Amino acid sequence: MEIEAKAAKGSGGVLKRIAGPVVTAVNIDAHMYDVVKVGHEELMGEVIKIQGNETIIQVYEDTSGIRPGEPVINTGLSLAVELGPGLLTSIYDGIQRPLSVLVSKMGDFIQRGVSAPGLDHQKKWEFKALVREGDTVLPGSIIGEVQETNIVHRILVPPNVAGGKVKSIRSGSFTIEEVICTLDSGTGLTMMQKWPVRVPRPVTEKMNPTIPLITGQRILDGLFPIAKGGTAAIPGPFGSGKTVTQQQLAKWSDAEIVVYIGCGERGNEMTEVLTEFPELEDPKTGKPLMERTVLIANTSNMPVAAREASVYTGITIAEYFRDMGYDVSLMADSTSRWAEAMREISSRLEEMPGEEGYPAYLAARLSEFYERAGRVKTLSGRDGSVSVIGAVSPPGGDFSEPVTQNTLRIVKVFWALDAKLSQRRHFPAINWLNSYSLYLDTLHDWYDKEVSPEWNVLRAWAMEVLQKEAELQEIVQLVGSDALPEAEQVTIEVARMIREIFLQQNAYDPVDTFCDMSKQYDMMKTIRSFADHAYAAQVAGVTPQQIIGIQSKNDLPQIKFIKDYRPELERIKNAMDSEFTRLRSSV
Amino acid sequence: MKEYRTISKIAGPLVFVEKTEPVGYGELVNLALFDGSIKRGQVLDTSDQLVVVQVFETTAGIGKDTGVRFLGETIKMPVGREMLGRILSGGGKPIDGGPEIVPEKRLDITGAAINPYARASPEEFIQTGISTIDGTNTLVRGQKLPIFSGAGLPHNNIALQIARQAKALGSKEEFAVVFAAMGITKEEANHFMQDFERTGALERAVVFLNLADDPAVERIITPRLALTTAEYLAFDLGMHVLVILTDMTNYCEALRQIGAAREEVPGRRGYPGYMYTDLASIYERAGIIKGKKGSITQFPILTMPGDDITHPIPDLTGYITEGQIVVSRDLHRKGIYPPVNVLPSLSRLMNLGIGKEHTREDHKKVSDQLYAAYAEGNDLRGLVAIVGKDALSERDRMFLEFADLFENRFVRQGYNEDRTIFGTLDLGWDLLSALPVEQLVRIDRDLINKYHPKFRQQDAKAQG
Ligand SMILES: Nc1ncnc2c1ncn2[C@@H]1O[C@H](COP(=O)(O)OP(=O)(O)OP(=O)(O)O)[C@@H](O)[C@H]1O
Ligand SMILES: [Mg+2]
Repeated sequence: MEIEAKAAKGSGGVLKRIAGPVVTAVNIDAHMYDVVKVGHEELMGEVIKIQGNETIIQVYEDTSGIRPGEPVINTGLSLAVELGPGLLTSIYDGIQRPLSVLVSKMGDFIQRGVSAPGLDHQKKWEFKALVREGDTVLPGSIIGEVQETNIVHRILVPPNVAGGKVKSIRSGSFTIEEVICTLDSGTGLTMMQKWPVRVPRPVTEKMNPTIPLITGQRILDGLFPIAKGGTAAIPGPFGSGKTVTQQQLAKWSDAEIVVYIGCGERGNEMTEVLTEFPELEDPKTGKPLMERTVLIANTSNMPVAAREASVYTGITIAEYFRDMGYDVSLMADSTSRWAEAMREISSRLEEMPGEEGYPAYLAARLSEFYERAGRVKTLSGRDGSVSVIGAVSPPGGDFSEPVTQNTLRIVKVFWALDAKLSQRRHFPAINWLNSYSLYLDTLHDWYDKEVSPEWNVLRAWAMEVLQKEAELQEIVQLVGSDALPEAEQVTIEVARMIREIFLQQNAYDPVDTFCDMSKQYDMMKTIRSFADHAYAAQVAGVTPQQIIGIQSKNDLPQIKFIKDYRPELERIKNAMDSEFTRLRSSV
Repeated sequence: MKEYRTISKIAGPLVFVEKTEPVGYGELVNLALFDGSIKRGQVLDTSDQLVVVQVFETTAGIGKDTGVRFLGETIKMPVGREMLGRILSGGGKPIDGGPEIVPEKRLDITGAAINPYARASPEEFIQTGISTIDGTNTLVRGQKLPIFSGAGLPHNNIALQIARQAKALGSKEEFAVVFAAMGITKEEANHFMQDFERTGALERAVVFLNLADDPAVERIITPRLALTTAEYLAFDLGMHVLVILTDMTNYCEALRQIGAAREEVPGRRGYPGYMYTDLASIYERAGIIKGKKGSITQFPILTMPGDDITHPIPDLTGYITEGQIVVSRDLHRKGIYPPVNVLPSLSRLMNLGIGKEHTREDHKKVSDQLYAAYAEGNDLRGLVAIVGKDALSERDRMFLEFADLFENRFVRQGYNEDRTIFGTLDLGWDLLSALPVEQLVRIDRDLINKYHPKFRQQDAKAQG
């Protein structure tokens, strides 16, 4: 009681209880999600519960040594990110503190009590005005641009600022704090805006996703595509390939901007991205991949409350680039760690636990997050999209747990990783029988037009063969493969080719790591043509052993590793033709 | 410093103290017993009404008459170069009869997180001399690679063999071993100590011993003391430090015990919901820092309860570490040492540490091919059990035989057998040459032409 009495006399709030990342303060007049400064060191925190005169705060930094009685200041602001030139190539922690700045301020280890703005406020950028005095601008309108990296950073009227007539605007070299444009209402605009992370940025309308996000990964583009503006989940046990898949998408997907969130995962993985990306080139533009990338790294040993915030920080940055009219893809690795952060905070609040201790609002939070994906008409009338791909790490690899189940209810694409495949080093270890994409229908036309009218047929055929193989394998397990009818022995061989040639893809091979649609099409067509030959030959009396023994097909996997594969593919096809001709004539 | 005698409740390792001056979260606590002995603890929850203290030893003897002092700082570890060669208790006190350690520094044992931006990518190959590690689950400096084992399996010998043989190719830098035992038996501890003494490794080691009969709660701080020491040796003194933590299963049990005493809502199988975060605060203390000479490589050992890899302890560990070496009871029963089952084993940093610049250009593809062939052969064993060998195709029979060959020649090796990486890779090729060349679909033609024994011999003949 002593503390409350003391607090009542003073003006500010006072800490009453500290138990790990959750602290209780009294006497601060706060609203939900206000940012507060905790203790003498002014650690950053956020209000997550209000109960009478008590305010419960989650603290984004370590609270060791903090005592009851220390002051708490309410900033009255919500947790917001700084948006403007300087985002690209940055690496942030969960609350948008640039990790590079933190190294220079406090060394190699993350200490607490250091704040650092998300953007460099001193750096000058070359701003080019795109509207003139007298023009009318609206919330979300583009008023100018900055060549940030190889990416043009469009400068927007913040969505929460009323528009009006441009009174003055100037091109030139400015910091993000300087006013570059004034409206006749008197509002001054800078190149930076702030946006509260927990609030989705507005759009004019959501549109149907009809264009695939091409990833260069055969099993994804070929069998289970995600649309630009779509949502996908990659659940899988540890070591099955979630991170590698996410990184492959961050590297090779044909998004214009990539936001990569390392949420409660390993430090070394972020380092890997940091060292690798600057050296990799975007296959489309030839520019370093890092130039289109924003990284958020709140690793497993960094404070859990900041981990909880990291996905919001990431999606807000993604929406901001979408609002410029870009296709953005966002990877969150892993959403399970985010959910666990929620669970940890919730249990410290002594809330009624739901399934497996997760808070009852788990499902709501997950769907709010994935709802922020989409292909949209932006406020300025452009097309933009945010695709969201979330990794899920189910305990024991058991997909029936709450995070996986609640995610599957929302997302449209399911890439099910399978330990049985990864243990065999079948990569990507995506199980082709359990996975699905609900975008196949909406993307049908695109594949028709952009790849080949044959593509959708080939895809359906490949899936059918794989299905059939699964059924046949059950029989083989009982009686051995020799007991199968001959045509089915051929099916088994064709399925093996689809798996080993088309589906398996080595992320670490310099050529195979990315496979464009035309190569995917060529590969699948070749397997199909082998299959057609094989069934015909079998009917004509060639034995399955002879078909399996066809030599030229053994060269087929090699084309994965060849950049200009076409001549070799032609050679193999011709060799295959003549081998079949020879076999049939010898019957 | 004020002494309180206001203990209101004692539950398991927790002591509840009423009405104190403001006490800091995480602060170190001394509890003075009636017999003059002092126990240590740490503040878990603090408010103006009540302070909850977790005691690191047994609470036997603590009562309402116990005097409680809050020391005003979080737990610190005195560290210094002199620690090399010393044996300390699980709480960090010398137990080898030697003098007190004169500290060069006192460091917070929680350890701050390494800023990911300050990390350097681990990529230096470490040769352990064990084929199943070097060849197919390569270890690199700065990696955290646990051994998943089971009760009664020879994981300690594997750890010792690694500690003895591990070296970076062509490097003569200073190294050290930090060994932390948590709840292992006296006999197991002796096994380690004798090996360290026999090989002279003790001089370069710091040993922390919390044995089976030592207080369980102390296990919560033992790995943190060990890692704080390791960080000092690595990042202040520039040494390459190998940290062995055994047995993490006992650590997790202690964690569960404290959770239960606090009446927390338990997570899976009764372990606390924050166990992932807690374990990460240990395992993530491995790595390399840009611009610093030393490194920390971690080898945590854990025994999987019921040999179940989905049990929360191995499961959460696997989600944090950079792979795992899985020790198999089946292989052990077949009399194979080291009984490493490569199929569920993995080294995620392998790709960074192998290839032309680090080991040999064919390393990755040979390893992939060995895996694929062994996995296929191993699957067929199940089939043979049902349909018999005769029902297998010619191709299948070859893979089946390959699996036996692989276990008997590649996996099996001596406790003192230190194979070079080139020896391991050549052995891999020898085994693969038992399969028809066209079955080696994971390897490019160029490499086959260069390294496959069949073509190597032809080369030799052509030249000769
Ligand atoms: N497409 C791929 N090509 C080659 N190797 C792969 C591929 N995908 C995964 N791997 C292998 O599998 C290992 C584990 O993959 P990854 O780290 O992505 O697993 P994860 O599912 O993210 O595990 P965790 O949940 O523990 O983070 C990689 O280190 C790599 O060796
Ligand atoms: Mg991962």
